Amino acid sequence: MTSTNSSTTTTASKKSGEGAPVTGQQHGAGEALTLKVVDNIAVITIDVPGEKQNTLSEKTKHGFKVCFERVANDPAIEGAVLISGKPDFIAGADISMIQTRKSASEVERLSREMQQQLALLEQSKKPIVAAISGACMGGGLEIALACHYRIATDHPKTALSLPEVMLGLLPGGGGTQRLPALIGIQAALDMMLTGKNVRARKAKRMGLVDAVTVPYGLEDAAVTTCKRLIKGEISHQEPKKKLPERATEAALEDNPAGRAILFRQARQMVMEKTGGLYPAPLAIIDVVEAGASKGLETGYAEESRRFGELVMSKEAAALMTLFFAQTALKKNRFGKAATQLNTLGVLGAGLMGSGIAEVTVQKGVRVLLKDMNAEALARGQKGIWGDFDKRVRSHAMTPFERDRTFSSVVPKTDYKGFEKCELVIEAVFEDLALKHKIIRELEDHVRTDCVIASNTSALPITKLAEASKRPQNIIGMHYFSPVPKMPLLEIIVHKGTSKEAKALAVDVGIKQGKTVIVVNDGPGFYTSRILGPLMDEAAQCALEGVDLHEIDHAMRQWGFPVGPITLLDEVGIDVAAHVSKDMAPFFEPRFGPRDRSALEAMVKEGFTGRKGGKGFYLYDRTKQSPVEKARAIVEKAMGASRKDKPYNPGALAILERHGVKHGSKKDVDLRELQERIGLRMVNEAVQCLQEGILENAVDGDAGAVFGLGFPPMTGGPFRYVDSVGASTVVSTLERFATKYGKRFKPAELLVDHAKSGKRFHVKG
Amino acid sequence: MPKKPPTPAAGREAVLVDAARTAFARSNGAWSELMAYELGKAAIAGLLAKTGLDPKEVDLVTMGTVVQDPRTSNLAREAMLAAGMPNTIPAFTTTLACISANVAATSAVDQIQLGHIDVAIAGGAESLSDPPIRLSKNLRQALVKSQKAKGAKGYLEIVKELSPEDLIPDIPSAAEFSSGLTMGESCERFAKRVGVSRKESDEFAARSHVLAARAWSEGRYADEVVPVPVPPKMELVTTDDGPRGDTTVDTLAGLRPAFDKQFGLITAGSSSFLTDGGSAVLLMAKERCAKLGLTARAVIKDYVYAGGDPLEELLAGPALAVPLLLERNGINARDVGVWEIHEAFAAQVVANLKLLADKKFLEERVGVRLAPIEIPLERINPWGGSLSIGHPFGATGGRLLSTASRRLQVTGERYAVVTGCAAGGHGSAILLENPNASR
Repeated sequence: MTSTNSSTTTTASKKSGEGAPVTGQQHGAGEALTLKVVDNIAVITIDVPGEKQNTLSEKTKHGFKVCFERVANDPAIEGAVLISGKPDFIAGADISMIQTRKSASEVERLSREMQQQLALLEQSKKPIVAAISGACMGGGLEIALACHYRIATDHPKTALSLPEVMLGLLPGGGGTQRLPALIGIQAALDMMLTGKNVRARKAKRMGLVDAVTVPYGLEDAAVTTCKRLIKGEISHQEPKKKLPERATEAALEDNPAGRAILFRQARQMVMEKTGGLYPAPLAIIDVVEAGASKGLETGYAEESRRFGELVMSKEAAALMTLFFAQTALKKNRFGKAATQLNTLGVLGAGLMGSGIAEVTVQKGVRVLLKDMNAEALARGQKGIWGDFDKRVRSHAMTPFERDRTFSSVVPKTDYKGFEKCELVIEAVFEDLALKHKIIRELEDHVRTDCVIASNTSALPITKLAEASKRPQNIIGMHYFSPVPKMPLLEIIVHKGTSKEAKALAVDVGIKQGKTVIVVNDGPGFYTSRILGPLMDEAAQCALEGVDLHEIDHAMRQWGFPVGPITLLDEVGIDVAAHVSKDMAPFFEPRFGPRDRSALEAMVKEGFTGRKGGKGFYLYDRTKQSPVEKARAIVEKAMGASRKDKPYNPGALAILERHGVKHGSKKDVDLRELQERIGLRMVNEAVQCLQEGILENAVDGDAGAVFGLGFPPMTGGPFRYVDSVGASTVVSTLERFATKYGKRFKPAELLVDHAKSGKRFHVKG
Repeated sequence: MPKKPPTPAAGREAVLVDAARTAFARSNGAWSELMAYELGKAAIAGLLAKTGLDPKEVDLVTMGTVVQDPRTSNLAREAMLAAGMPNTIPAFTTTLACISANVAATSAVDQIQLGHIDVAIAGGAESLSDPPIRLSKNLRQALVKSQKAKGAKGYLEIVKELSPEDLIPDIPSAAEFSSGLTMGESCERFAKRVGVSRKESDEFAARSHVLAARAWSEGRYADEVVPVPVPPKMELVTTDDGPRGDTTVDTLAGLRPAFDKQFGLITAGSSSFLTDGGSAVLLMAKERCAKLGLTARAVIKDYVYAGGDPLEELLAGPALAVPLLLERNGINARDVGVWEIHEAFAAQVVANLKLLADKKFLEERVGVRLAPIEIPLERINPWGGSLSIGHPFGATGGRLLSTASRRLQVTGERYAVVTGCAAGGHGSAILLENPNASR
């Protein structure tokens, strides 16, 4: 592309004076790695044929070996540059490569091999520069860490991360040892325990990369840099850190006593966050500590050993399948829609409507956001602006981008301009008559092929479509609150929904960055429906006198991120009362009659949950004073566990009036409590598959985990049944049915699987 | 945007009659004692003196400027009044970064074609020797409040709210507001995206200096640059101080990158430098020109302004505007013998030439179906350019129009295109036709 670099492969082999010790890599079409020589620098390009992203596999392993042997042995080569031929650097290792391994020791060997290969790279006398643009994840970053110099582009997609923990694993290619050595233990633990992305500028500040350049001309920049490294004009340098950073490093990392404190704190934080349900984060801390206290040799050995163990763990297996499910759900099962979304209409600027608008404009689509008046719109706009402003403060967005993106949300109090919309999502209050009115009104103002989606958590789409002149355009899009944070979108189709409408809705969901499941219409669809029995059981337990905190604790320990009572407060008591009333005719024949008067009394008292400051618990909405803040920090440092929210005495009084002696039931069997509540959700999920609400178990698992927080380390309700065994689940349910009633009656499909030994998922 | 060239009202055409400018001088040099409007004044006065035109004949004055002095926010007005023009003639100031004078000129052309006016002086002026440096926002607000403060106690209240860092002045940065990148950083990005090499950049820069020096020695600018005495000593400033005729690719190759120290290709030697100067051109309705017994140098046929992405296309203006201009006038690039392209950076001109010659870019980005526009280097800026002569932001457009029209006369070519890029991702392209073309 430029004239500064003139030499080619041919001239280089001439210079070497040999008959070109060709690797067989240069010209072989379909090779993942190729090597060319530019001005005595080997440029090694990884470009796995036929794939969107580069992943590390047996094939690339061989390619790397051949290329780096050439670098080591060819006297004409003085240094090397590693670069990708694709928009992303390397997105990590191919998971199937490790997933197919049979034993921990086999995986451990694999990890040792990679470590040895990277050790050779690191020890190379010829400098090797990693030229990074786009995603540099997992194994990709581990390779970059073994290089002598890293250059990253400031392309918005450039992100460095070690996300293994999210798959229940640890970085098994030396990452746990090289990263702390490069950027310090605290920063390294932060990256490895959260799996978070580090952008180029931040990476430079923390010393993860040595230089940042523009997204263009990366190869030239890397070659030039490599030449300067050879001449000794530059070298890898520690970043200049500010004094406070240096001081904490000296106190906590550079001496054994400090490190002991640091690792103890890290473990405590992990335990607080995960309840010890996930082995990977703890293993990461152990392995980093081993390297820091017993030397790198031990560190590397431990890394491989623990990696082997983790790959074989059931938690990792579950998390990996969830990862696969999420990847699969990024594809549109209906094929790409013929229409492209240019303008989205959203009705209702409440929390849901503004959230939907927010995630849409971020992808460059204009949104017409309509509400009754400017004040209602301004409230919605405030939320959107606030979220963008947070991104500005964390440098994820410039103030100018914030303003421009924000301006793509067009506030509307009428329907002018809606004739442009390809899709309109209504997010008005959950009331059938109101939604009917809105659909009729809307149809007068949009194109005849405009898809109209209803954001509802329980109203039947078939019923909504009855008000429509064009029912083929009607679909359900059930978002979760808060929309920008929650990863799931549940799309509900009714019998008459056209394929084009389905395809467009799924396209839009994927574009918004959501994991999209598609379910058939029915009361509560899938997610709200399976939440019903879980909440019902939590309520039954409460009615029996079990302490509310104990219920929440039990389910958190089972793996839910929040307990059911807290969840009620989060969702809103009014919403819950409304939904449970709607669902009653459907559930009560199976579960028995339910008295909702206590919930209704709470709504009447204004105990609407977190949003109102009072639900079952009290939410302190006043700002903490500095003294309180300081106390909270000290308490946390002293190891105090997450504090429970105080009870709302008003709510307890209502329960009392309804005959509940709160907390009167002592010595509750924890496991039974967890299984009663958890299995009712599992059983209902299977019921949904049986009735055809769900098309498959993958949707079911993804929906429960990403929408409702079903314990991720189980992989979802269906994988849970597979791993525990359908017969075990059935016998537990039957035991409960005898003890507590017919609501525990196992789904027929579950009984079938118990009898036949069939699994919901084919792969283990 | 109209598909065809705009039909002039009642067949009215606007012609460029004459032009003048001050010498362009490196900032904090020859013009450091003058305010920008005084440079505009010198150009206008020079133009009036050389043409002998009665100022009363003029209907409008327009001038471009970029870094405004708050005291002379309508620079055009102060400049023309100071030049002794009657106060009955209106004057307004235009601003569109480095193509501000182009906007001043084409606005005047519009009014002439529409029949609103007959005679206009358009140009621009810039001084970067004394940029407006503001006090910090807190300090400014405190000063405003202090005007209403009562007694020593009142002042104390106001002073108490200030912190030492409020005393640090707010120096305007040259960065693009939307992207936060300076022009140089943006050009580095642009050059790397298009694939410009250091060598190409240095070659173009050296060429600019050599050609400018030669043009001066051959007397090309004798007619254009008016000598201006600077009071109180009345020492004459007569020549551009930018061109360095001894510049070679080798001397430039030794310089260090100025904006991206590690990976950059742009150096101080291949960038235009901060410059002070003023320019003015005389525009008229064709009939009026004839009536006054003057000779038109060029007819202003058409012009295009284009916009692009402030991050990726900040300096791609010519590549965005020129294809549109040629396409809608049905003119082949081959038939344009005179090109005056503003040289912000050598790499920027090279990158634009590469894009113009890229069929895919023309079709996919600009949306025109044209053969690749390949311009022979000898037709581009043969008398030097902004890299060597200098670039007083608001005045450069006047210099380009002047040189282009003079070159038409010297060469006898039929068409000239004047084009430039501007902050915000803008491009300007103006088409001139030689009424006395010999080919």
